[in-house]
Formats: sequence, C-alpha cells, structure tokens
Amino acid sequence: MRSTEGTGDAETTTALTLHINGERRAQVVDNRTTLLDLLREEVRLTGAKKGCDHGQCGACTVLLDGHRVNSCLMFAVAADGAHVTTVEGLADGDALHPLQEAFIAHDGFQCGFCTPGQICSGVGAIAEAQAGWPSAVTPDGAPDGPVELTGGEVRERMSGNICRCGAYVNIIDAVREAAR
Amino acid sequence: MKPFRYETATDPAAAVDLLSRAPRAAFLGGGTNLVDLMKLGVEVPEMLVDVSRLPFDDITETDNGGLRVGATVRNSTLAVHTAVRARYPALSQALLAGASPQLRNLATVGGNLLQRTRCTYFQDIGKPCNKRRPGSGCPARSGIHRDLAVLGASQHCVATHPSDMAVALTALDAQVHCVSADGERTLPVAELHRLPGDTPDQDTVLRHGELITAVELPPPVPGARSAYRKARERASYAFALASAAADLRVSDGNVEHVRLAFGALAAKPWRARAAETALLGRPATEESFGRAVDEELAAAEPLRDNGYKIPLARRLAVALLTDLAGTHAEGAR
Amino acid sequence: MTTLPRTLGADTARLESREKVTGTARYAADHARPDGLYAWAVPATIARGEITAVDTGAALADPAVVTVLTHENAPRLAEGDDPTLAVLQSRHVAHRGQIVALAVATSLEAARAAATAVRLDYSSEPHDVLLSTDHPGIYAPETANGGHPADRLRGDFEAAYAEAPVQHDAVYETPPLHNHPMEPHAATAWWEGERKLCLHDSSQGSSTVQQMLAQLFALGPDQVLVTSEHVGGGFGSKGTPRPHVVLAAMAARVTGRPVTLAFARQQMPAVTGHRAPTIQHLRIGADRDGRIQALAHEITTQSSTVQEFVEQAAAPSRTMYVSPASRTTHRVARLDVPTPSWMRAPGECPGMYALEAAMDELALACGLDPIELRVRNEPDREPDSGRPYSSRHLVECLREGARRFGWQDRDPRPAARRDGRLLLGTGVAASTYPVMVAPCHAEAHARADGLIDVRVNATDIGTGARTVLAQIAADALRLPMDRVRIRVGCSELPEAPVAGGSAGTSSWGSAVHKACDGLRRALEEHSEVPATGLTVGADTTEESKGGKEYARHAYGAQFAEVQVDTATGETRVRRLLGVFAAGRILNPRTARSQFLGGMTMGLGMALTEHSTMDREFGDYAERDLAMYHVPVCADVPDIDVHWIEEDDPHLNPMGSKGIGEIGIVGTAAAVTNAVHHATGVRVRSLPVTPDSLLPHLP
Repeated sequence: MRSTEGTGDAETTTALTLHINGERRAQVVDNRTTLLDLLREEVRLTGAKKGCDHGQCGACTVLLDGHRVNSCLMFAVAADGAHVTTVEGLADGDALHPLQEAFIAHDGFQCGFCTPGQICSGVGAIAEAQAGWPSAVTPDGAPDGPVELTGGEVRERMSGNICRCGAYVNIIDAVREAAR
Repeated sequence: MKPFRYETATDPAAAVDLLSRAPRAAFLGGGTNLVDLMKLGVEVPEMLVDVSRLPFDDITETDNGGLRVGATVRNSTLAVHTAVRARYPALSQALLAGASPQLRNLATVGGNLLQRTRCTYFQDIGKPCNKRRPGSGCPARSGIHRDLAVLGASQHCVATHPSDMAVALTALDAQVHCVSADGERTLPVAELHRLPGDTPDQDTVLRHGELITAVELPPPVPGARSAYRKARERASYAFALASAAADLRVSDGNVEHVRLAFGALAAKPWRARAAETALLGRPATEESFGRAVDEELAAAEPLRDNGYKIPLARRLAVALLTDLAGTHAEGAR
Repeated sequence: MTTLPRTLGADTARLESREKVTGTARYAADHARPDGLYAWAVPATIARGEITAVDTGAALADPAVVTVLTHENAPRLAEGDDPTLAVLQSRHVAHRGQIVALAVATSLEAARAAATAVRLDYSSEPHDVLLSTDHPGIYAPETANGGHPADRLRGDFEAAYAEAPVQHDAVYETPPLHNHPMEPHAATAWWEGERKLCLHDSSQGSSTVQQMLAQLFALGPDQVLVTSEHVGGGFGSKGTPRPHVVLAAMAARVTGRPVTLAFARQQMPAVTGHRAPTIQHLRIGADRDGRIQALAHEITTQSSTVQEFVEQAAAPSRTMYVSPASRTTHRVARLDVPTPSWMRAPGECPGMYALEAAMDELALACGLDPIELRVRNEPDREPDSGRPYSSRHLVECLREGARRFGWQDRDPRPAARRDGRLLLGTGVAASTYPVMVAPCHAEAHARADGLIDVRVNATDIGTGARTVLAQIAADALRLPMDRVRIRVGCSELPEAPVAGGSAGTSSWGSAVHKACDGLRRALEEHSEVPATGLTVGADTTEESKGGKEYARHAYGAQFAEVQVDTATGETRVRRLLGVFAAGRILNPRTARSQFLGGMTMGLGMALTEHSTMDREFGDYAERDLAMYHVPVCADVPDIDVHWIEEDDPHLNPMGSKGIGEIGIVGTAAAVTNAVHHATGVRVRSLPVTPDSLLPHLP
C-alpha cells in the first residue's frame, strides 16, 4: 500500500470499508480520492483505466453492487460499504468469464486500454437486459421481461464505452454471444 | 481539487442544517456532474454533504393518480420503471436518451435537475465566465457558442441547461418538492431554473442549503400521449443540439390538450406556452404545428453560429407532435 | 522434412489476449510505484507571450507536494531535434496549453491541487490563430511531411484546364482533428543513479524515445531504458516522444524518486499533436468521357511557431489518377497554435477526402457512374514519377465492392430514395496508402530447450504486431508458433522503427524474417542446438532501400449507405463496406480489425469529429471526450471488410503492404458522397452535421 504521507488531516480523510472482488478492505482515504484512483493507486488493481477522468469514455467502468458505473466520478468515501467488482474479479480462477472468452473469440479489442471497462460494462449490460430494462432503442410497448440483445440494442447499451481503435463491430458480436 | 470535509446525511433535516451553517458546502448526490466540476476547479466546496443515502429512493403512487419520485432515485431506475414507461413515456425516453448507462446508474433525479451548463468557458477556469465568476465577462457571445442558447439569454450569459430529463418533466407539468431551514416548498419544474438576466451565476431559484427531496408527476391526462426527441451529433452519449418533449391529445382532428417543452435552447427547459396556446382547439396538422412553433420561436435571438437551432427545434417539434397525433406515417427513429 | 500448416496468413488470436481481457496488461501509468510520486502538468493560459512571475508558494504549502518545476528551476536540457520537447526551458509561451509548470506530490490528489494552485503572471502579446488562404504569413515549405516536395508541376495545368470541356472547381475543408487514443500520454520514470534513466512510456516506438531522451539528458543511448509493453493506442500521436515523458524524467531526476505523469484528457489537444486543418482547392478538367486532362490540388494548412509540420494532403493526387497536366502544392502558415503532427494517414486521409469528393462531383458533371469514372482514369504508370506500379488492384476493389454492396441497383439521381422522414443514399470512394519500410534490427536465438527467442523492439499499439511477428518468425523458422517466444516493446531489444506509416509489419517483419531464416539455416548445420544456444542477428538497412524502382501503394474501395433524418438533419451510417488490396494479408483476424478500426475513425471524420480554434483564446474549444465526438458504438453499423489477395514480389519477404492506415482513407468521402446522393446537398466542409445540412433539406 502507498504511503499516506500528506493525505491531509482528519477533517479531510475518512475511514471506509469496501468489498473489492470479494475481499473486505478497510482503510482511511483522502476524501478527494475517487473510487477509480483508490482501486488503481491504493489497491493496485490497475485493470480499470483512466481514459478521461470525467465520465466521458467508460474505461473506468466497474460494477458497484452489481451495477456498472464510472468509477472516476464517484468519490471513494461515497462508496463506503459497497461491493465492487473490477475486471480482475470476473474470472473464476483460471476460468475466464464467458464475456472475457467472447472478447478473445471475437477479437473485441486492439490496444486493450478500454477493454476492462468494455467487459465490465458488457456484464452490466447483459444483466440489465435480463432484468428487462429497456434502452433508447427498445420499441415502446415492448413486453416486460428480458430484452433480446439485438445488434441495435447492444450498440446503444454499449455506447458508454468509447473504443478509439474502433473494435465496436467485434465488441457487439462478443457481447451478443455472451448474452446467449 | 482542494481538500474538503465529507459528511453523510442521515436525515434531510440534518443535511439542510449542515449546509445552512456552511456557506461553501454542497450536497453530493450521484456526483456525476459535481465530481466532474470539482476536478476542473469549477466547483470548490469546503464540505460535501452526501445526500445519496437519504430515504428518498423510492417511486410511489400519489393519491391523485400521479407518481412521486424520490430525489435520490437513480436515473436508470426511473427510466425503466414500469409505471413511468406506461404513463409517462416522454420521461423514460428522455432519461434513456441522456448520458450513458453507467452514468444513469449513478446519477440521481435531484442531481440531474441541478446539472450545470456544458459551455466551454464555464468549464475552463482559465477563462472569464459570468456564471462561474460574476462580472468577469462572457466570451461565448462572440466566441464558441454553437451549442448555446437562442432563447432567454442575456448579454451576460448564453448558457444552456443540459438535462434531457428536465425537459420531459417540464412538458409533463411535474413539481419539485424541496426542503430548507425555512421549511418545505413545492414549485413547478418549469420554475426551478432561471434565465440568466444580470445574475447568471444563479442557475435555479433554490437557496443555499435548499434540498430537492422529490419530483412529483401529476396524473396523466386521459387520452394524451407523450414523447421525447433529441437531436445530437452522434447516435448516443452526446448532449442535445436541441430536443423536445410533448404531451398531446387530439380529438376529432383537433388539439384538445398539448404541452410542449424544448431542451438545449435556453438556460432552462423551455416551456412553449405560446405554441401551446396557439394550438389549443386547432387542427392537429403539420401545418398548424409548424405555425404554432414558429410563434414560440419568434422570440429567438441567434448568435453567429447557433442559428441552426431554430429550424432544428421547429422540425423536431413538428415531427414529434405529428407523430403523437398519428397523422403522419411513422418514420423510423 | 515435416509439412507444417503455414502460420503466416492464419487466423491467429492475439498473444496478449488473456492479459488484455483480465486487466493484467499494464500500461505506462499502471506502473506507478508504491514509493513513487505523481505529477500534474500546468498549461499556459495565454496564447503568446512570456511568463513574468512564478509563485509556487501556495502549491508548496501542502506538505504532500514535493516540488513544483517551472522554467526557473527545471533541469536544463541539451538541445534536441524536436523543439516541442524543450519543456520548462524558457519563459516564452508559444501557444495556449503549452506546459509551463509541473507539480509533483505524494498523491494524485495533492499533485492536481498543487497544479491548480501554481500562480503564473504573464505578459501577453497579440496572437494570430486563424487560418485562411489569404493569411499574410503563408509560405511554400521545402517539403511536406514524409519528405514530399511541397510543389509538383507537370505539363501546363492552366492551359489544359482552360481547354477542358468539363471543369470542376471547388474548395474542400477539413477541421483540426484529434487523435485521442484511449490511453492519455503517460510515463513512469525513475533514475538508477545519476546516469541511468528508466521509463515506462506510452509510445509507438521506444527506440526513438530512447534516442531523443538520451540527447536531451546528455546520456548515451545505453543509459536510457524505455519500455512500452502495452500501449493504449496512438494513431500517430505517440509516434515521437511527447512532453510528458521529458517532464516525468525531469521530475524523477529532481526528486530522486519514481514519478508517474499522465496528461489529463483536456490537456492533450494542445500538447500531443493533432491533424492540422486543411483548405483544399481542387480543380479537375476532363474531356466529355470523363478522362482527366488537368488536375490541380492546392493545400493551405497551418503549423505552430514551434515547429513546421505540413500535412501532405496533395500527395495522393500525384499518384491516384491519370493527369496529363498537374499542379499539386502545399502552403503553410505558422500560427500561435498547438503543434500539429501525425494522425492516422497524414496526407492521404484529408487529401483523399477532397480528391474523392471532387471525383464524385466530376462523375455527376460527366453523367458517369462514379466507379466508371475512376476506371477510366486508371493510370498504367504512376503519373508523378513515371514508375510502374508494383501492383495496383484498385479497379478490382471497386468492382468487387460494387458486387458485394449491390451498387448496380443504384438509382444515380440524388434525393430519390425515401423511407418516411429519412432520405437514403449510397456513395463510393477510393482509398490508397503508400508502402513504406524502414531499416530494422532483430535477433533470433535458439535455446537448448528447443524454443526460439525472437527479439525486436517493435511496439504493439493494438495492431497485433506481437502476434504477426511471431507468425512471421514461425513461418521463417518452419516451426509451429508455440515454439516461438516473441519479445517486443523495450529499448534494450534490437533497435526498430516506430509503429507508424503502416510500415511496422513490413519493417520489423523483414528483420524478423531475416534473423529467423538465418537461424533456420544455421540450425540445419548443427545436429543439435549448442548448450549456450545459437543466435542470429539481422539488420535490414540494405534491403529497406530496395524496391524504389516501383511505385508501391495499397488500394481500396469504400462504400457507404447513409440515412439523413429530415426532422433533425442527423446523418447516420447504415452500412459500410470496404474492399482492400494490400499485398498478402498475414493475419486475417488482426488485419480485419485494422480495416474496421480505420473505417470507424473515418466515419467519425465524416460525421462527428470536429474541433474549433477559439479566436479569442487560441485553444481548441473541444478539449474533452464530451465535446469532441469520437464515434460511439451506436454510430457504427455492420461494417463489411474484404480484401483481394495480391501476389507482389516487390515488397518484402512476407509480400505484405501496410494496413494500419488505409482503412481511414476514403471513408469520409464515401460517406459524404452518400450524403449528397441521399439529399442532393454537397457539404464540402467536414464534418457533415445537422447545422450544415438543415438549411438545405426539404
């Protein structure tokens, strides 16, 4: 763990507890520390990436209590008590998560920098569709129940994750396969 | 970002009390805009009072057949709520057209209403901006303003309000419930935001320490349908160039009830009352929709690079109303 | 002798796939060290002038802040080849956003706060940031990027144009565009003693970074170690070192501790390079059958006062079509703006947008199908040089694309197809990109355990270089791929050129092939591998000079279908199809991804990406990813990619041409030609946005 020299006085730091990839972690943080920076710089889980630091690219996406969020826009203190899953926590030992497998099978990345966020986002997107959440392209009056992840649905639902390499076509295929 | 104190509010009274005693404190909801602005140095609170865990996280039926939406309900929860989708489709559509799924999972209803402008000068502390630093000037009028206001702007500010949700709420005649040290009050969403005038730093009529606790939707107008449409530079995850929300009932080919609001044209969601008045009782045709919208937009004062918003808003609104009236063959959307 | 399936040409998954999908692939900023410091850069807030006073008191008041570097206290650098790297060396400010201070602290939070607290006073001078064709400072450079002559004149253009029965004369404009790789420019630097600088850098070529840093810090190349194992994209913006790496090295030297610095996204447009805006005047004179008699392509572009960079946008017009009389020129104005640099297919990308849009207009003027017009102007030798083409299958690409796209059913009349409120249209454009190759070193080492170590300082910025080089090695060794251990991305490896110019695979692969082929022969002379192993090195300096008697280019044809919403003016792409002829395709999986990625970026160029120079302040208004619209998933339709296998003996041992850039060339023209077909509106200034279309829509 990084030295806490100069993290400020007691007024501007807070003790918190998080459950990160199944492990409980208690520590004192600078109130300014975002969840992303906590994961990357304190916990040394560098899978989640800082692409823009302003919620404009999705590279920092993690699952917070099961929901995908931009970890760069959340102060760590505000996540106190939460269960956080990062890309490092998706595989089961050596067995990759089906979406990780699908990203390899469909070549859903080039440089790989947005990939951890894409995969966490995809896991969230599949769960949201399964829970019957509509998207902007779901027809009005669609019946309740799981939403079928057509190409159009995946495109809209994965639009919070920018891939400058332009691997979208393969990302769409990967998410659709994992959703089946 | 300067160090700041962080407090978690356990009840609204405590939250309001904390803030009213600290002039440089702010409420923290989902954080999607506040954290963003703190990183830019635009917002520099000395204390954050986290209100995201206040017991305002449910959506309940009201006695009169409306819905009451707690201020900490996440945007995604509201967007996918069965009753919202069935009875207030414009609201669900507006939410789903905004931001990204990840942001909607964080953003709260209260925070969405209180988003600040995306004007490039407001976001850059190295430049003047009357909204950020009153009296420093507004470079946008002669500078970069393609995305900025054509309605209700002043010499001091041409900012637009970026929310999609607020536009739908305005067209749906929703109310905002607030609490402050002075007690509770309720006001229409349409009256929450301010036009800039001489004090563009005041985005809303809320006072320091006043907390939004809920948004209340009136019962749907029987027989009316609502919808939201947004134009943007990319197909998703972009702020509106212009948007419109409408609630419409047509009977015997005539407009019996209409409410119309525009987004991205002004510092507030723009309730198109002149257009509404002009339409009531008139034939629900493209022609009368166009004429009514023209009446509304006659007040527009475009700058060098944002005049396109006027024909854009007109076309958008006419298409929206026409589709709602069912008088036009469905175009793919 | 065993027969092995060829590994070269096989669909092979990326070797680093698992690391990338599990988040264990580490990029430059992921190497921040527990004992390390964080730095945050401070950009200038004037567009031109001098720093008159520095006050770091408030910043240093926080005990977490270790130092603040400015021109007053930063280490002096030796003179280098790249003036954009002379950071914190003088009080002079050449453009807004130039880095003028660096805060270094024990946490990211403290570093950012300190950066905000640094107070700088300036004396501003009037600035000049707007490009126009009549700008008084415009001059003719000696060369444009890539060493292309600024001007080429062939025949009497004016006379031939004046006589041509069909004339097309139009000005096309492209805006400033930003590379915006997903990984911001970042470096983690530390010193081992006074004389050894170590870095993890986000770079497209760590050999170049090593050499340039050695120069600046007055070290020998072997005293600088640069690792770029995983790089989050670059698209040209990491092709040479950027200021971040110099700043990180300086801060590490001053503090004696490891320092990690990543530029904030909003800082990137000013200091990491971008595609300069172009104003392109096209004049094409043709006979009534559409045969070009005269072609002029005249470029006006800009660079900064710091460095001359001239986007070689007229270069493709020198090689693409017959042009008995031709005039291709580049003019540049040096303004008080950020320094432009390479962005995916510099020259070809903006130049072919204009040329291919003009060809579409010429086709209409001649009453010809746009594909037929191109076929009629197919040269048998490169017009500018007179050299034969090593291979050229543009016509085949166009015809194959037309067949797959269903072009033959197209009604050529504009604004003729409607679907409710949507207007539909299709468009086509050609693409091209030159074959380039640079000298490279590589080494192949046979181990006693039967594995082969292949070492080359290539960089895998997402292209799949690591994988394809292992394929090339296995193929040359005639061994299965699992016997090869490939190592790339570190300056201690044999020196190699940058991942750029679509020349990576050609350059690195030639050296890898040569080393591995040599090792295979050497091994044949041994009954078994010696205990110490066997090493063969390769240097392709000589080979890389070859092939100059041919004009060597890759070609492609791009087809687009768009819809334009008459209610909003929004244009969305429904279909994209590309057919390319780029030599031999070495790994169809990663090659397809290169084409897809290029076309996707081209879609952004056509419809969503633009950046605006702020006249009053001298910076780009769209500095972040909310305002600068990189295409998102919803913008990108099914993209169909095909290629024609070429057997070209004049390239390299693999028979390949570059594929990293051609995908973006022509896409924007295909899309905008489709917009014209859909609406009848010709937008000659990119991108096509609702405000440009709305005034003309029904």
